[in-house]
Amino acid sequence: MSEQATSKRPVVYLAEYDSPDAIIHAAEGVRDAGYEKWDVHSPYPVHGMDAAMGLPDSGLGWIVLLCGLTGVTAAVVMIQWMNGIDYPLVIGGKPPDAIPSMVPIMFELTVLLSAFGAVFGMLGLNALPRHHHPVFYSDRFEAFSHDKFFISIEVEDKKFDKEKTKQLLESLHSTHVELVEEEVA
Amino acid sequence: MSADSPIAEIGETPLVPAHVTAAFVSDEVSRVTEQKAPVGWWMVFGVALMFLGVLLVSVGYLVWNGIGSWGNNSPAAWAWDITNFVWWIGIGHAGTLISAVLFLFRQKWRTSVNRFAEAMTIFAVICALLYPTIHVGRIWFLYWALPIPNQMGMWPNFKSPLLWDVFAVSTYFTVSLLFWFVGLIPDFATLRDRAKNVVRKKVYGALALGWRGSNRHWRHYERAYLILAALSTPLVLSVHSVVSFDFATSVMPGWHTTIFPPYFVAGAVFSGFAMVSTLMIICRQVYGLKDIMTMKHLELMNKIMLVTGSLVGYAYSMEFFIAWYSGNEYERYVFINRATGPYAWAYWTMVTCNVVSPQLFWWKRLRTSIPVMFAVSILINIGMWFERFVIIVTTLHRDYLPSSWGMFHPTLVDIGCYTGSLGLFFTLFSLFIRWLPMIAMFEVKAALPGAQPSHHAAHDEHAEPAHGALAVKEA
Repeated sequence: MSEQATSKRPVVYLAEYDSPDAIIHAAEGVRDAGYEKWDVHSPYPVHGMDAAMGLPDSGLGWIVLLCGLTGVTAAVVMIQWMNGIDYPLVIGGKPPDAIPSMVPIMFELTVLLSAFGAVFGMLGLNALPRHHHPVFYSDRFEAFSHDKFFISIEVEDKKFDKEKTKQLLESLHSTHVELVEEEVA
Repeated sequence: MSADSPIAEIGETPLVPAHVTAAFVSDEVSRVTEQKAPVGWWMVFGVALMFLGVLLVSVGYLVWNGIGSWGNNSPAAWAWDITNFVWWIGIGHAGTLISAVLFLFRQKWRTSVNRFAEAMTIFAVICALLYPTIHVGRIWFLYWALPIPNQMGMWPNFKSPLLWDVFAVSTYFTVSLLFWFVGLIPDFATLRDRAKNVVRKKVYGALALGWRGSNRHWRHYERAYLILAALSTPLVLSVHSVVSFDFATSVMPGWHTTIFPPYFVAGAVFSGFAMVSTLMIICRQVYGLKDIMTMKHLELMNKIMLVTGSLVGYAYSMEFFIAWYSGNEYERYVFINRATGPYAWAYWTMVTCNVVSPQLFWWKRLRTSIPVMFAVSILINIGMWFERFVIIVTTLHRDYLPSSWGMFHPTLVDIGCYTGSLGLFFTLFSLFIRWLPMIAMFEVKAALPGAQPSHHAAHDEHAEPAHGALAVKEA
């Protein structure tokens, strides 16, 4: 193609590991070195990795709680207004705004909105869908979904240093360290 | 030893053979979606498509001509339509049980089965939803069941268990679909990364939502999965309870009983496991996935069928006892009529299939025999269909006034609507097997021996030099 001024700029270091034991020790090393904008990529969730990375507990439960409360409130308001106020109907000898017969739908709407909260809350917290990410520039990275483990350290990290970061990753017994670059126009 | 490893002292063995590694799992499971479909697949898919055609014709005829083209009549206003609805919903329940309840109980063996069972749930609920939809007759007025304003200025009646059903089943479908999709995201990423051609890469890539196995993501992902499991567990119990309310809140003899919710839930789990077992035996045979879906998995499922089958048998006998103990003449008559009346053949088919046949699983040799478990799983599917038929039709055809007694006879359209739904189910299921990973790869990988870091070893390793140093100092 054209010989225009395309230059490459480093974006992320990718270090590869073979086993869960190796990756968890390496993660502890990166955490202790004080990095912040870094991540671990694994084919499945690795037990104890949150602690090894120094991550706090997921806050998703609060989002779900909020959604669940919205669901139960919506059910009560909807049924009370529709059957109790707007068009009162006496059915089965029960008062139009009888509470016991509301319970099944209160429960179902609580579950429905909580489930929406869990799924869309999770996607929101993870900033997904995001089909474009520097780690995908690496040819080796696709092994993450097969059986390999990776650590990525971003250039944006305050502690990032082309040499020192590489030395750190190598000292943590990585089988392969790669500086992933992106093309800039 | 970590909590994940089998306890040899009580006879536990690893779930999968030693040669099953993470790479083996990706290769074996993805292979099915990447290679050409085997002849067995085309045979199942072809037959299923034919029956799907039967369904389209039957439903088209029914909608055009009206509900009168079924054998339903007065007094038997509900018959095969509601039987099929309850049967399919029940089948769906095993999927949620395996994916949610066994997850909460940390039953690692579920990982080989859950994707499969969840897919079955979704397709079974699709089949189930068909029947109430066409049973309303004028399906273009279906929206009257929804709480949206209409030209009559009326709202749905929220005291009706039929409306609870609308909410329960549609919530169940939505939540099951979300749960299934969330479970598929990391596996879509595997298929994306293995893809050789552009179309596969684009399609699976879009579905994977850009998943990159990030631990910052797994943290929220695992929490979401746990919460969905915790939500689905009471949900699945509520759905069949609400279905049973359709009967239990009426004043019909044989229906108006408090045992119905737990009895329906046990029956649902029972029939669902039978269907999972049928499908699994076929798939592991056709695709040779015997290292991942092992005999141990099948045996564990057979044990669950033995338990739930016995629970169902207990419920049948308790119904009879309560009918006698109640002293209610009509209630007593319904049960005597069930066992000795014109539908006695259906009643005894049900008892033979549901109560007697699973008792074979007390013997290890029988519950580890593929032909025996395949035959029993089919018998249970048949028996559970008859259970719903017996409950619905024997109660309705002879209720209070002998002058209004009658019989139900199915028509060709009834038969078409039932067999056709099997076509719909197997069409969807074949497509699922062909294009999606039928085993939750990332979950199987996470539960493999050695897949999780050996924390104790790690800590000992760090601790050892310290102790050593201390010992030296003291010396």
